[in-house]
Amino acid sequence: MQDKFEEIRQKALSDISKTDTMRSLLEIKAAYVGKNGSIRALLRGMKDIPADERAAFGKIVNDLNDQVTALFEDKEAILKEKELNEKYKSQAVDITLPGKKPQSGSLHPLNIVKNEILNAFIGMGFEIFEGPEIESDYYCFQALNIPKDHPARDMQDTFYFTDNILLRTHTSPGQVRTMEIKKPPIKILSPGRVYRADDDASHSPMFHQIEGLVVDKGISLCDLKGLLDEFVQTVFDDDTKTRFRPSYFPFTEPSVEVDVTCCKCHGEGCSLCKGTGWIEILGAGIVNKKVLEMSGIDSEKYSGLAFGLGIERVAMIKFGIPNIRTLFESNLKFLRQFNRR
Amino acid sequence: MKLPLSWLKDYVDIDCSVEELETKLFSCGFEVEEKIYVGKNIEKIVTCRIQKIEKHPNADKLSVTQVDAGDYGILQIITSATNIFEGAVVPVALDGAVLADGNVIKTGEIRGVKSCGMFCSGEELGITDDWYEGASLHGILILDNKYPLGADVKKLLEIEDVMFDISITANRPDCQSILGLAREVAAALGKPLKMPDLTYKTDSSLSTVNTLKVTDKAFDLCPRYKSHLVTEIKLEKSPLWMRRKLFSMGLRSINNIVDITNFVLLEIGQPMHAFDLSDLNGNEINVRRAKKDEKIITLDEKEFNLSENNLVIADAVKPVALAGVMGGLNSEIKNTTSSVVFESAKFARDNIRKTSRTLGQRSDSSARYEKGVDYLSVEIGMARALNLISKLGCGKIASDEYDLIDNPLQEKTINTTFDKVNGVLGIKVPSEDIVNILKRLGFKTKSKGEELSVTVPLYREDMEDYPDIAEEIIREYGYSHIKSSLLTTSAITNGGRNYEQTKVEELKNLLIGYGFNEIITYSFISEKDFEIFGIKNENIIKLLNPISEDMSLMRTSLLPSVIRAVCYNLNRKNEEGRMFELAKTYIADRIPLEKLPKERECLAFAQFGEKEDFFTVKGVVEGIIDNFCNGTDVKYINSQQKCMHPTRSADIILFGDKVGFFGQLNPTVLEKLGVDKPVFVAEIDYEKLKQYFNDKIIVKPISKFPPVERDLAIVVEQSVPCEVLIDTIKQSGGEYLDSVNLFDVYQGDGIEKGKKSMAYSLLFRADERTLNIEEIEEKIKDILNSLRKNHGATLR
Repeated sequence: MQDKFEEIRQKALSDISKTDTMRSLLEIKAAYVGKNGSIRALLRGMKDIPADERAAFGKIVNDLNDQVTALFEDKEAILKEKELNEKYKSQAVDITLPGKKPQSGSLHPLNIVKNEILNAFIGMGFEIFEGPEIESDYYCFQALNIPKDHPARDMQDTFYFTDNILLRTHTSPGQVRTMEIKKPPIKILSPGRVYRADDDASHSPMFHQIEGLVVDKGISLCDLKGLLDEFVQTVFDDDTKTRFRPSYFPFTEPSVEVDVTCCKCHGEGCSLCKGTGWIEILGAGIVNKKVLEMSGIDSEKYSGLAFGLGIERVAMIKFGIPNIRTLFESNLKFLRQFNRR
Repeated sequence: MKLPLSWLKDYVDIDCSVEELETKLFSCGFEVEEKIYVGKNIEKIVTCRIQKIEKHPNADKLSVTQVDAGDYGILQIITSATNIFEGAVVPVALDGAVLADGNVIKTGEIRGVKSCGMFCSGEELGITDDWYEGASLHGILILDNKYPLGADVKKLLEIEDVMFDISITANRPDCQSILGLAREVAAALGKPLKMPDLTYKTDSSLSTVNTLKVTDKAFDLCPRYKSHLVTEIKLEKSPLWMRRKLFSMGLRSINNIVDITNFVLLEIGQPMHAFDLSDLNGNEINVRRAKKDEKIITLDEKEFNLSENNLVIADAVKPVALAGVMGGLNSEIKNTTSSVVFESAKFARDNIRKTSRTLGQRSDSSARYEKGVDYLSVEIGMARALNLISKLGCGKIASDEYDLIDNPLQEKTINTTFDKVNGVLGIKVPSEDIVNILKRLGFKTKSKGEELSVTVPLYREDMEDYPDIAEEIIREYGYSHIKSSLLTTSAITNGGRNYEQTKVEELKNLLIGYGFNEIITYSFISEKDFEIFGIKNENIIKLLNPISEDMSLMRTSLLPSVIRAVCYNLNRKNEEGRMFELAKTYIADRIPLEKLPKERECLAFAQFGEKEDFFTVKGVVEGIIDNFCNGTDVKYINSQQKCMHPTRSADIILFGDKVGFFGQLNPTVLEKLGVDKPVFVAEIDYEKLKQYFNDKIIVKPISKFPPVERDLAIVVEQSVPCEVLIDTIKQSGGEYLDSVNLFDVYQGDGIEKGKKSMAYSLLFRADERTLNIEEIEEKIKDILNSLRKNHGATLR
């Protein structure tokens, strides 16, 4: 009997090893361990076994069944993996072929920079106020302490519609309009388009500025420096420094011109900073008391700081754009370089 | 403002280097924009004496000379000059010498004869007669016979100098002069200022007041007017020292009287004028407004027609000067002039500016007045001019003068505290330093404890209050003392973008996700663009002073600019793209503008390239509405927009309100712009669109019961729009009809001509139970009936 069992086992082994498709394997498997298989057939011979040996016999047959089943399962697993591998092989792709990208776009570089700047100040509690581009002489000049025929008007070539209505030459009217409707504490930014009758490689008749204004108790030049340090470090590098030097704007007193350490050479001197290590970036100062008073703010109680910067200038420095016109040509080859952002 | 170092040294002892001086000036607010080392180029040009002149053996026009160049020995020089003579001392450029213009001289052979250098003219040394007598001559510069030989000509003629070009801010007109800058330099270096000599000798027998009558009839335009008579004028050449100063500033010497007025303008910053007394009708000088259509011919022989807005200086009958701008030809200084009346005045800068602009007439004087002249400089200027007359001995000075002034002179006093000044700065500058700085700058101070009282010199008209004092302190004390602090005294505020600002960013981000690049174009367009795009051209806002016709009108639509951007790209072989602009359009109620016009935010986008068609642009429009105007009633109707393709464009109607249009741009428009490819565009009035913004999200439970799906293909007349059919299906589909989607439109084989097959997929679903097939079949029947009845539709 033992021999017969062994014979079946050996035969199964050899049959399994000869089989290499799942289909024939399953057929052979049925022939051994199926309902009508040869091992089941052994059990059917049970009645010829003496009663006291039947239990042992049954156990041996069952063991054989288990052993043979296990042999088939092992082979099944191997074949399954083989089949799968073949399927994978047939599905292979050249992973170096180009991908099918969804078309992506981008913000205009000026708005990328604008948002960076706005976000830097929003984190410090600033709100955003946008005023009209077509302004009255009052808001653009007079309320900023620039009376008619003041020499400071020579600094800005103004586009006029009438004697009193013009295209704003700076975003500073935003200061006045905010102070008229808001009580201190005021922390606002006023971004937008501004216009000057000027057209060459570094000037565009339309460009963008951001005006910043803080009005509260005890505002000083140190606060101005603190804010601007924070801002330039967000927009340029963490180690960017600012430098103040005296200047003049009719709406601030004292007024300063603010330079930053050159982001290209980090202060060593290069072509960008014309060898000085510093780049002029914005104008700022302590809000002129007259401007506060004209806008209805008590200048004995409150003081303010203001700054105004050109977004084009920051963008041109940051991205290394040599000609301002590039920004307004709408050339997709240029604009798509910002798609990754 | 130009500042020669040599002239500056007349008033301040400079003991630091040029670079240190530049840094000092920079840190106290005077940026040196340019620094020129005058005579820097000139090298190896020395004096020599011509010993022998012989004819060149091979050239008629050349001479061979032997010269004694001192330590440089006896040299042979070939020259073509004809003004030289044996014994003359002349400058010679030695081998390797450099001329003022940078040209290098080398030893060489001229027609077979060796020449060890070249004789120099004044021009080659960069000078004229005003620097050295004879230097303007076309020929070799003949030098003083007593000069040592072999001496460096550059040193000998004092050609070397440093010329600063300093930018002066508009609040400091007092620094528009050598003296004004010298005052700042002295303060910055902590040195005393040496004032120019202002004394002069008068003739007690001569009186201005008794000789002529001077009136100021326009104090508003001329707050101070001084006249001083000088007789027995000796009109001659100015002394060399004065000519050299004028030359260094780029002025040509004319005669002593004219030179004195120019000199005072440069030195003191006070424009001066001199009238020939004999030309003053009635011996009168009247400062008054011009009469309407009064005429004047100025020194440069230009005639001007004047108005009451112009200020003139007139005698009894006629204007003799355009005040502050230029003198009249009728009273100029000439060879016959024997008596002059000097004018030193303060004219209102705005009026001079306006006159100069409207008449288109400028001068050094008007440029100076436009920046602002103070009360004190009128006095100093006149005194200096008379001092120079005295010094040059070229006239007899009257013992009195007219000094017409609107208000008696009074120095302004600012009463404040050290605390207030430091409060502006945010640091504590020691009181002692504050007082010292102010003193150095010419302010008088009184302080007691915290109190600080500052008396402002008359030339500082810009000083008004303690912030001005703070500025004076910190620019001298040094801005490097300002330390960063972050609004330590300020209240905390809750910043951020408001709802509308956030929405703008969201909309842009959606479009970027759809593959659009944002563009920024100019807000102005041309008249031609209004025509090409068929935009209504009433009430267009027009610039009075445009840069060009192409940029002369404020746009009322973004399309022209966006389409021009598309054309720009197509012309550069950028064959496909999507771009958008969100910007303002400008709409006036009436022209000319009386109040500020409406500025309407507008969104325009364009799509071009092979992949784009009417439906890709419509998809973007729908995407915007789905995302921002959730649940809005939307209708699309054929657009009548002139610039659009008449059968491939639609208006967008939200709740019956037209908010924009989209579709294919009319090819005839593109033709005019030289483009023959289809371009798809949309323009949406953002101000209107945002009224329908809805970002409430209502979550409906998802039905647990399976839906029933039915596809329906029907045949209708070609003209029946899809949307009408969907409406009918929805109306007749019953409460369980969940969605209707078109999935195919077909025309061709098997479909009658003039008809189309529309295939819709219908989804029925109930929230509370499984639908049975019979009831759905019933509904489908209803739908088909309605479609047949309303649109003559048949099942395909």
